[in-house]
Amino acid sequence: MKEKFDVVVIGGGPAGCVAAWHAAKGGASVLLLEKNRSIGPPVRCAEGVGDDGLRLIVEPQPFFIQNRLEGIRFIAPNGSAFEIETEKHGYILNRNVFDFYLAQLAAKEGAEIRTKAYVDSLLLNEGRITGVKFQALRKSYSVESSIVIGADGVESRMGRMAGIRTQLKMKDVESCIQYKLANVDMDTLICNLYFSREISPGGYAWVFPTGEGTANVGLGISGEYGKRYAPKDLLDRFVARLFPAASVLAITVGGVPVTQTLREIVKPGFMLAGDAARQTNPLSGGGIVSGMIAGKLAGQVAAEAVQKGNFSQNALKEYEKRWYKAEGNYHKMYYRLKETIYKLSDDDLNRATQAILKLPAEKRHIINIFKAVLFQKPSLMFDVMILFKDHVKNIINALGK
Amino acid sequence: MIIIKENMCDFCGACVAVCPPDAIELREAEIRIDEDTCTDCKLCVYVCPIDTLEYAA
Repeated sequence: MKEKFDVVVIGGGPAGCVAAWHAAKGGASVLLLEKNRSIGPPVRCAEGVGDDGLRLIVEPQPFFIQNRLEGIRFIAPNGSAFEIETEKHGYILNRNVFDFYLAQLAAKEGAEIRTKAYVDSLLLNEGRITGVKFQALRKSYSVESSIVIGADGVESRMGRMAGIRTQLKMKDVESCIQYKLANVDMDTLICNLYFSREISPGGYAWVFPTGEGTANVGLGISGEYGKRYAPKDLLDRFVARLFPAASVLAITVGGVPVTQTLREIVKPGFMLAGDAARQTNPLSGGGIVSGMIAGKLAGQVAAEAVQKGNFSQNALKEYEKRWYKAEGNYHKMYYRLKETIYKLSDDDLNRATQAILKLPAEKRHIINIFKAVLFQKPSLMFDVMILFKDHVKNIINALGK
Repeated sequence: MIIIKENMCDFCGACVAVCPPDAIELREAEIRIDEDTCTDCKLCVYVCPIDTLEYAA
């Protein structure tokens, strides 16, 4: 194995694979390290993506898609529900296959990939990250690099090693559990989101149909409720109520960051991407598309830096700039929305749903829905005025998207 | 101290993400808490989705 690479990417999820792919595509020599024995499993994900988001990175391919979705239904605590009119459809990916595909794209561009590779430390020289030390099947390696990209997921150890404060606040992490269920009876075209404090305080429960008779069913609770509630008990109760005849084919658990992007995602010779940089959408907890966008931008900026021979923090800040323009600024707004929605009681949510149902279906855009929510709870108006003041432009842009 | 219940952990890393002193080492199927670094703050106990971790005085 070579002792020097232009770029070392740590973590073989969507963010890391896409970063490695685009860095290699831009001409850099790339090493991708994955902690587990395989790219892909274990998949800690509900696997849903929007068509337009996916297309920013790759063309949708039937072999990595489990199911095609045509709408989202929101369900209030009392069971009343509304659907959002979406012109664009979505997919449930098969993440095992999808992640493999992304890694193959990186490999095709010449990236070297090592699995079962655990990074012990980053190499530091005069305040610059200059490489990594890792173990793979009991052998130790030391590899020099011009740039390290940390895409090591929610744990974000690489960020800590690089001197970035990555610790999540309890209110900004969702403690999640999901079952893959069989023998469920439901519409396979619609994904369902349940908002209720009783089902999942400070979070929501999801039912994503993955095909005929099967679904990813899970929930997340805010870490701040973790002392009082056990997500597994809540999910067992939810499943017993909705799908009493179902069998559990797989259990998966995980922590999902629901916050804004870390204040620092770049250090000299170092970039963070994906869950590790807290680049998940804080309203939905979705991280596949935003992680891949971050990975693409990080990989591209890394390749440009290699070409110019400039790896200073300033040069790499171009990644930060492009990230905020593409997604990061929206995440600021989504974070505020999240904070507002989780202040609502179950009664507030029921009343808001009644108001939304009075809107004609074609007028159920996010802004009108949000207005309907607010009229139920004028005390939240103040929060939202701040939100609007800072983000009027973002909202207008988001609506145009 | 924080005790890891045997055969319970799914190695998801939620605990690592909230640990203030970075006292948890997590590999593919291995988890260790460094007792010297751990401050018994119990955040890991609260965030664990399947109650793998437990505080014992």
